[in-house]
Amino acid sequence: MKSLSEIETVSKRSSRASGFSWGIAEEVGKNIRILEMFGIAGIKNLNYYFKMRSEKKFEDLILIGKDNKISKLEICPIIAGLSFLDQIKPLEKLSEIKFEKIAFPLLFLPFVSRASEIVGKKLQLEIDKKIFLLNYNNSIYSNSLNNGVIEVGNNILIKFIENNDSFNKNEWKEIYKLSEETFVEENENLKINSAGAGLTDND
Amino acid sequence: MEIELRSPDIIMKLSRLGSFHQSKLSFLRSFLKEFKDWEYKRDLFDLDKLGHGIAIYSFKKDDRVYSLICFANELNENERSDRVIATKWDAAFTLHDGIPTNKDIERLKNEVPKQEVGRLSYKELTLSRANKSVRVFNHVVDSLSEGVQPDIKLLSKVGYLYRTTAVYGSGKFGLADRFRIKNRAEIYGPFRLEMMLVYLVRQFTFDQVNHVAKNKNPKKAVNLDLEICRNLGIGNSTGLGMAPFIVNHPTLLNNWIYAREMALKKIREIEKVKVENVNLFKTCLKKSIKNITSWNTESEYQQKKIKSLLSDLEIFINFIENKFNFSKKYAFNEIYLWLEKNSCEECIEYIVSLMLEPFDEIVNPLISKMSSEEEKYFNIPTHRTIIELKNILENKYSKILKIDFLKKENNQNFWFISKNKEEPRLADRYIENGSELEQPLAIARDIKKLYDKLSVFKNSSTIDKFLSKCPELRHVVRRAFIVERFPYSEIQDNTIGNSIVPIDMLRLKLSFFGALKFDPRSDKWLRICMFQGAPLPEQLKNYDDYWVYNSIN
Repeated sequence: MKSLSEIETVSKRSSRASGFSWGIAEEVGKNIRILEMFGIAGIKNLNYYFKMRSEKKFEDLILIGKDNKISKLEICPIIAGLSFLDQIKPLEKLSEIKFEKIAFPLLFLPFVSRASEIVGKKLQLEIDKKIFLLNYNNSIYSNSLNNGVIEVGNNILIKFIENNDSFNKNEWKEIYKLSEETFVEENENLKINSAGAGLTDND
Repeated sequence: MEIELRSPDIIMKLSRLGSFHQSKLSFLRSFLKEFKDWEYKRDLFDLDKLGHGIAIYSFKKDDRVYSLICFANELNENERSDRVIATKWDAAFTLHDGIPTNKDIERLKNEVPKQEVGRLSYKELTLSRANKSVRVFNHVVDSLSEGVQPDIKLLSKVGYLYRTTAVYGSGKFGLADRFRIKNRAEIYGPFRLEMMLVYLVRQFTFDQVNHVAKNKNPKKAVNLDLEICRNLGIGNSTGLGMAPFIVNHPTLLNNWIYAREMALKKIREIEKVKVENVNLFKTCLKKSIKNITSWNTESEYQQKKIKSLLSDLEIFINFIENKFNFSKKYAFNEIYLWLEKNSCEECIEYIVSLMLEPFDEIVNPLISKMSSEEEKYFNIPTHRTIIELKNILENKYSKILKIDFLKKENNQNFWFISKNKEEPRLADRYIENGSELEQPLAIARDIKKLYDKLSVFKNSSTIDKFLSKCPELRHVVRRAFIVERFPYSEIQDNTIGNSIVPIDMLRLKLSFFGALKFDPRSDKWLRICMFQGAPLPEQLKNYDDYWVYNSIN
């Protein structure tokens, strides 16, 4: 088994050899490490993508908007991902972002995962019918366990999930009430003597 | 009194970094301190008459066990080489996480001796190999087998029986990634498992030499005297492989240097130094001189440095014994200021290391802060502005920005990775081929390029816009934002100029390891000695923290 350190180093060097700058290659190395750590086929997708790059052209998407459709060419997942990551602060204002035709979209995914950590929000990435919930770059939840290569994502949607509770008020109230059973009811004496602070807090 | 931290402009110059010495912060000393209470055991010692076979040593505490597995092999004279291109060694080692099963040992027997072309697993933590110092090893075997102890003078001259030629960790060749073990409290300090491997290898060398002598002459042979053992270390032969590490791990480098600088600052801020601390400082200083007078090297470069170190130390000792009063306020600050005026860099840094000795309460808390969660600082804050980045460059790289890289001598060399051994190398770009595959280690040159490029962008523009136009400078943009937060993360020198002395980079790292007796064999590789004078594993429980100054060599 290859270590994540080997995976990162080889991904970085191969990215440089494919024509990316060292700084971008460092980003790809880090991303493939993330993918492999989360059990997604990073090396496999990167390998296929680099093979394809020698055969056909891809479009570099530099400026990300709400709707990202460009020419007939498929979009390079690395440059698009990097642009998304670099522009994440202004993009946060949009609740949804659409893309069409991103090549090897699993290579785009770790940029979104890292962006989730930067903005402190969960991001939902939909690649056609595959859904990935990216949790602050700490974990990935998905309905797709296919560990293979995805050559193109025709319709891609990123949703910013607001930091809201996943439960209603009543559910919280009920669980809180149960938690209170670990507390001790204070009598007057305990109220006076057990707290560290003074009784008059407004001096 | 508030003393400022020393400026990175001075400390991070290569000539200064190349004058660093071991100290209480050094990793081999902090390793011994951490593991002194662990149970040491020799679990297996299955060698033939010539000393070839397998041995296993372990450190154990509660449920945690670390096992060193040693494979000693026959090696023809003409196969023995310290160079990284070697493919066979006298012995090969791995540190295994836990107790190895027979299946593990069988697997490792096939893989460990192959080193870089073998495959390790997540159950192995570090990997190394070593060659005998044949002259010393054979002399010791011959002497012991005749019932006499070896010639101390010869041993002193070399300082070890074996020399390691590489120690690998952190995911290399399939070894465990750091993330698997980083939360273990006992290894919360850099290179602790590498230090453990080297320390246990040292014990193996003594056991092997005794074993071979005993088999050579069972009736007459004696064991190597324990005091002689204690005064032998493990040699290490180090080439350029180590140099890029300190460029590629900026926050880690910062944390090492910062710990040393913070310790010095706090010591200089002590208003009244206790008499016992003054005495301990003086004792360590005087005893340490032996480590310099027994420092053998044929390198003229190093000989010159040793000579000026000894001469300056003599003046310094005369100063503190006859002209300085330690009862005055902020005595160590006074001493430091005196050193800056009167001593060479080598001597200043030597005394700085010694100043740390009496102050456990200052040094110990810093030891656990010498690791780094590097991932945390990887993302570039792309929402920030061009003017902010420019200010960082002007403040943090002011000397670098003055270098003219159009001059041939400032752009002479390039760093590359050798296809044969996947190891870093340095070559003259005007003579050798391959500079188009240059590694991103010419930080000073690229920072200068970045600064020049920034001038054509609007000050209010943001970094993301700059990066979309200049992706080739992304690696140095990242570094600039790191150095903003970590002042000692960057070497403040040109790593590709014609006057670069690459061993300065090695020496910096090795001083933090705790190495002694740097012996440059060229400007690109050197030999060192580790653990010389250190307690043997059986002596660890009652060990003396100042062992490094108690060597008889």
